[in-house]
Amino acid sequence: MPEVLKAPLVVEFPFTRSLGPVQSAFLTGLRERVVLGVKTADGRTLVPPVEYDPVTAEDLDELVEVAPTGTVTTWAWNHEPRRGQPLDTPFAWALVRLDGADTALLHALDAPGPDAVRTGMRVRVRWAAQRTGAITDIACFEPYDGDRPQIAGHDGRFEDMVTGIVAPARLDYVYSPGRAQSAYIDSLSSRRTVGERCPSCRKVYVPPRGACPTCGVITSEQVEVGPRGTVTTYCIVNIKARNLDIEVPYVYAHIALDGADLALHGRIGGIPYDQVRMGLRVEPVWTEGGRHPDHYRPTGEPDAEYDTYKELL
Amino acid sequence: MPPIRDVAVVAFAQSDHLRTTDELSEVEMLIPVLHAVLEQTGLKTSDIGFTCSGSSDYLAGRAFSFTMALDGVGAWPPISESHVEMDGAWALYEAWTKLLTGDADTALVYGYGKSSPGSVRDVLTRQLDPYYVAPLWPDSVALAALQAQALIDAGETDEPALAGVASRSRASAATNSHAQLRGSVDQGDYLVRPLRVGDCPPVGDGAAAVILAAGERARELCERPAWIRGIDHRIEAHGLGVRDLTDSPSTRLAAERAGAFERPVDTAELHAPFTSQEVVLRKALRLGEEVRVNPSGGALAANPIMAAGLIRIGEAAARVHRGESDRALAHATSGPCLQQNLVAVLEGDPR
Repeated sequence: MPEVLKAPLVVEFPFTRSLGPVQSAFLTGLRERVVLGVKTADGRTLVPPVEYDPVTAEDLDELVEVAPTGTVTTWAWNHEPRRGQPLDTPFAWALVRLDGADTALLHALDAPGPDAVRTGMRVRVRWAAQRTGAITDIACFEPYDGDRPQIAGHDGRFEDMVTGIVAPARLDYVYSPGRAQSAYIDSLSSRRTVGERCPSCRKVYVPPRGACPTCGVITSEQVEVGPRGTVTTYCIVNIKARNLDIEVPYVYAHIALDGADLALHGRIGGIPYDQVRMGLRVEPVWTEGGRHPDHYRPTGEPDAEYDTYKELL
Repeated sequence: MPPIRDVAVVAFAQSDHLRTTDELSEVEMLIPVLHAVLEQTGLKTSDIGFTCSGSSDYLAGRAFSFTMALDGVGAWPPISESHVEMDGAWALYEAWTKLLTGDADTALVYGYGKSSPGSVRDVLTRQLDPYYVAPLWPDSVALAALQAQALIDAGETDEPALAGVASRSRASAATNSHAQLRGSVDQGDYLVRPLRVGDCPPVGDGAAAVILAAGERARELCERPAWIRGIDHRIEAHGLGVRDLTDSPSTRLAAERAGAFERPVDTAELHAPFTSQEVVLRKALRLGEEVRVNPSGGALAANPIMAAGLIRIGEAAARVHRGESDRALAHATSGPCLQQNLVAVLEGDPR
């Protein structure tokens, strides 16, 4: 068995999220250094505020200002901050019940060490220098032993309300394709296409995924297929793909390699796009250093009879 | 209200749970488990009336990974099949309801997860409130640590007691050949204080599967079926600061609805990935000292995400099958700090 293949894989996406009216007021408030809560029917003030009552599911919309000072209700010392977290020096995660609120807000608490943190300690918001209307407008909490500040009693109406946030997310993986696909990729490096045969129904899968989807059994017998094959069906691509240096229009096709019971796909070249047809016989064209065929071109053989590939459509 | 049809767990299988399984794709990891569970009953994939799975694309970073896993059940030509982006325990819940409708008499349920390709502490931040919480990237250990500190402040536990949960769990796992952490395991340093390495579950890859069958079919397939006397799942408010982290009202309610409090259980398999969460669950489920808790070692011994909850049901059922339990409780959890909880009560026929 060849060496297990591995490659880094980064999944990254900037999620754009629209806000409900309560969230919009709360996050706009943070931009303006005002902390808002929302009143429930039973008179509790929820901070951070939510659109619906967590108990009764009633619509909530009565916004009230609370203080930027509060009390730690629980905490945890994080001596090794991770990517994306509010501080890059050791800090405490804390749930903080702000003065005037009945529920607690999660954020970081900047403190010199775990001995300086306890449940019940008084803290206040440290505002971020640059604020955009996001939870990160609170840079963190910091210890505070002063008086509870007066609040103006803001009603939650601001100029230029924030209506959405962009939340970038990135996760890093090390991808390994497993046994069957590793073997397939390994064969390609010597310009051979190797599928696997199902021990039960005898079908040859290319590329192999390690199991027969009809029989639900492991495939392991390796079978070299091709290099020639038959176009079973195709489409004409008229949209240029970003970062892909291929002139449009071009043909993208399903190709059943000789000996395979499953068609793989590839680009067809060496023939005008409007002359490609079902049944066309093709062969792979490799480029120097390529890890898979660059495209397939006509072999010049007569077209395959429909009956020979109709089960592979 | 008793279920309208008797449904039982008739077979259970699981993989060895390992830190990494680089050499296997998800379906390659899963197939031996599917074959093992089918073999126990003599069923073929084509005999199964309904198939339901639980997994998450975020773990391995592969979109639609569950469709690849379906190769392992012989899903072509199309079978009656469903998937939940949750632990396999919730797939089992869906399969149970399917069997209750009478649409199927047998169901194959599986859950699997490969945590090794990514960083699971960071991956799990993506399940959090995307507006107020996820942008701060609080990892799963940090959130569990907040819960642990709340319990310590409330006088419900302390660090030595948590270490006791850890060592008892890994000692129990000594007889569980599938477990990832067994025997004597050092508590180690703080990961996020007050939780030490030993208070946290191992990160690893694994899979599990069970077969459900209804009525007489269950008796044909298994000598002593583990009848699902009740099963229910409940969720708490998503705001962590809204909840009392020292309690689990959702677990208690699910247990009540599953009939767990009607008679004592002799065994409980709890899905408590962190030591402190066992403290919360024991209280919510009113488990006394006479109940065997996590004889398998629980999630502290092996925590293949998306399978660990299903494994609790499977382990409890297997004890009933073997005659080691007459009435067992199985619990599964999902989300931060025991946010969502499922409770099932399993019984064997009187001996």
